Amino acid sequence: MPRHPPAPVSQAIQIRGLRYRYPDGTQALNGIDFHLDAGESVALFGANGSGKTTFVLHLNGLLRGEGSIEICGLPLADETLEQIRSKVGVVFQDSDEQLFMPTVLEDVAFGPLNLGLSPADALTRARTVLKRVGMAHALDRAPYHLSAGEKKRVAIAGVLAMDPEILVLDEPTTFLDPPTRRDLVTLLRSLPQSKVVVTHDANLARTLTTRAVFFDQGQITGEGDVIEVIQRFHWEYS
Amino acid sequence: MHIPDGFLSTPVWGTLDLVSAPAVAWVARRAQRDTQDHRIPLLGVMGAFVFAAQMINFPVGPGTSGHLVGGALLAIVLGPAAASLVMVAILALQALIFQDGGVLALGANVFNMALAGVAAGYLPYRLWEGASRSGAIFAAGAFSVITSACLALGQLMISGVPMAGGVLWASLALFLASALMEGAITVAAVRAIERLNPAWIGGPRPASSRALAAVAMTALVMVVVGTLVASAAPDGIQRLTEQGLAADWSQRTVGGVAGLGLIVALCYLGGKLISRRRSA
Amino acid sequence: MHHLVIDRWSRGSSPLHQRDPRAKLAALLVFLIALSTTPPAAQAAFVAYAILLIVAANLARLPIRGLAGRAALVLPFSATFALLTWWSGDSLRALGLAEKSFLSGMAALLLVGTTPLTGWTAALESWHAPRMLILVIQFVYRYLFVIAEQAQRMRWAALSRRGSRKRSRRVSFQFSAAAGLVGVLFARSWQRADGIYHAMLARGFRGRFVPAAPPPFQTSDALFFSACLAGCLAIRLLL
Repeated sequence: MPRHPPAPVSQAIQIRGLRYRYPDGTQALNGIDFHLDAGESVALFGANGSGKTTFVLHLNGLLRGEGSIEICGLPLADETLEQIRSKVGVVFQDSDEQLFMPTVLEDVAFGPLNLGLSPADALTRARTVLKRVGMAHALDRAPYHLSAGEKKRVAIAGVLAMDPEILVLDEPTTFLDPPTRRDLVTLLRSLPQSKVVVTHDANLARTLTTRAVFFDQGQITGEGDVIEVIQRFHWEYS
Repeated sequence: MHIPDGFLSTPVWGTLDLVSAPAVAWVARRAQRDTQDHRIPLLGVMGAFVFAAQMINFPVGPGTSGHLVGGALLAIVLGPAAASLVMVAILALQALIFQDGGVLALGANVFNMALAGVAAGYLPYRLWEGASRSGAIFAAGAFSVITSACLALGQLMISGVPMAGGVLWASLALFLASALMEGAITVAAVRAIERLNPAWIGGPRPASSRALAAVAMTALVMVVVGTLVASAAPDGIQRLTEQGLAADWSQRTVGGVAGLGLIVALCYLGGKLISRRRSA
Repeated sequence: MHHLVIDRWSRGSSPLHQRDPRAKLAALLVFLIALSTTPPAAQAAFVAYAILLIVAANLARLPIRGLAGRAALVLPFSATFALLTWWSGDSLRALGLAEKSFLSGMAALLLVGTTPLTGWTAALESWHAPRMLILVIQFVYRYLFVIAEQAQRMRWAALSRRGSRKRSRRVSFQFSAAAGLVGVLFARSWQRADGIYHAMLARGFRGRFVPAAPPPFQTSDALFFSACLAGCLAIRLLL
């Protein structure tokens, strides 16, 4: 019998014993066990430098540590990397780094083109997704001219265009003013995918997720209902 | 110094467009060969960095300041082929969007700054890095700027833009001053970057030998000096081109291309010979 | 900011905006060559070129004044050399230099004011400009102002911390402070490039940008180019 039995298909993410050491010797992740059910949303809390972002970069194989990672039942390996990258959509914190193509439409079509869609199909899909996030009016705009909230929506569209099953959101609402933030949260709540939300914001976590895990020095030191975790670690601004 | 359209005579811009276009294609192929995928965004961001770094003023005395030009810095960080390509991209954007340098004169500006300027900003570094690192970086910055400026000045004079003796000496003095400044700024910038992360400086180590670099350096000096010498007697050329003689036009263009080609070919063969003898 | 205006212009919908970028780029080259080979004595020709540009600007519904103001950016350079030429006694040639550089700048602005960056880079690519160069141009343009704003913020931060002590006024101190700024800007740029590469991989990048197909070249584009060619030739040969 294998040491780790294969996860049932209803598991979106199944991670066991994940360790990662940066080339400079820092031990960033030190034995992480994590799971996410299909359709579930979980918040990742923890101080700056506790390993949350490093962890997130493992979910689609941008970083490769020791330990086992299964995404929707697929073990992460060189052969499955492409498949897994289309299943896990990562929305990075800095939208300017995420939107690198000259126009909004081309940027959103970048992923589908990489998946092998024909240019016409990729553009159609990009248009559909942009409409879905409320950015259909900005197809030909350059990303540089968009507001912070609009950039975030386009970044989300770029990820949705790959038709992922899991959305990973790294601090999705930082730098947004309150009304923009509210609209974005409404959009995120309407998306059916399983979500992993990295955030410092307890309010955001309460509205978007049901469960939370707490990172400390590369380990998960607490886990449970989101409200309970917030109270246990005093994870609020006031 | 970005030359706008309207200043260069037709044989000059025509020749340099004809020379620069295949050279850029060659540089792009080389850059692609040496470049892993992750360096494609890096090249673009470094181009944007050079643009932005030019906003930072370096005080050099009461009331005067200079800024980084960046050809040598790019060459040291990215290697010569990638640095040339980045400079070509910058020059193309400057010509079209910022009205800095002409479109027909793009070949001339590319030749002066992206090809000769980057080569002049790389060769001293490659040749003398072992002897004195700071000295080599200083020489790279200074030589890069003086090469571009002298070539541009020579091309303007060949095109018949008059330079009275006083003006000529004043411009050369100005070039020298800005060259020394670029040397100092490049050294300071490289040191500051290395303090943050030494791995960023160094770039890909090229396979070509030092002998080849020395020959290329000689070729470069010859091209610069040749341009200045040719420009010393511009009047005759000017009169001829203004008459618009078709035969003369094509003769000069062909002559120019052939001359440049000859210098490059001779130096290439010489370099091959030397490096073969060394390795034998 | 300067490029914001040009970007806004280039998103218009005039007849000139709708022409194929290849036709416009070719027309620009024809215009520039005609202008560049016009002898300075043919002053009537320069007036005709200017009228041609004004007609085109009207067709493109671009503000003449804004165009002229931006094209005037070349004037400091050309005025210096024009002055030198004038000094040496060739006033007609001096005038010609200033006129040629100004009109050339205006023509280039008409191209970028009616064609978005992706349009003219696609045109260059269809003429076999190296793909790598096109990508670098697009990336430089995309991050130009992001990084320039970063530089601006860092300069402000540095200025607001600059004390009035003697030491801080010393040139050598300020020089190394400026070098430090360049170093930090370089570091941030490098990290940003890493971030961009991560974002590319996350969306399935496999080492090759997949190009989108350019729209077909239409009869109206050919007609437009022919009209420009005829106009330029007429001015160059008849005036």
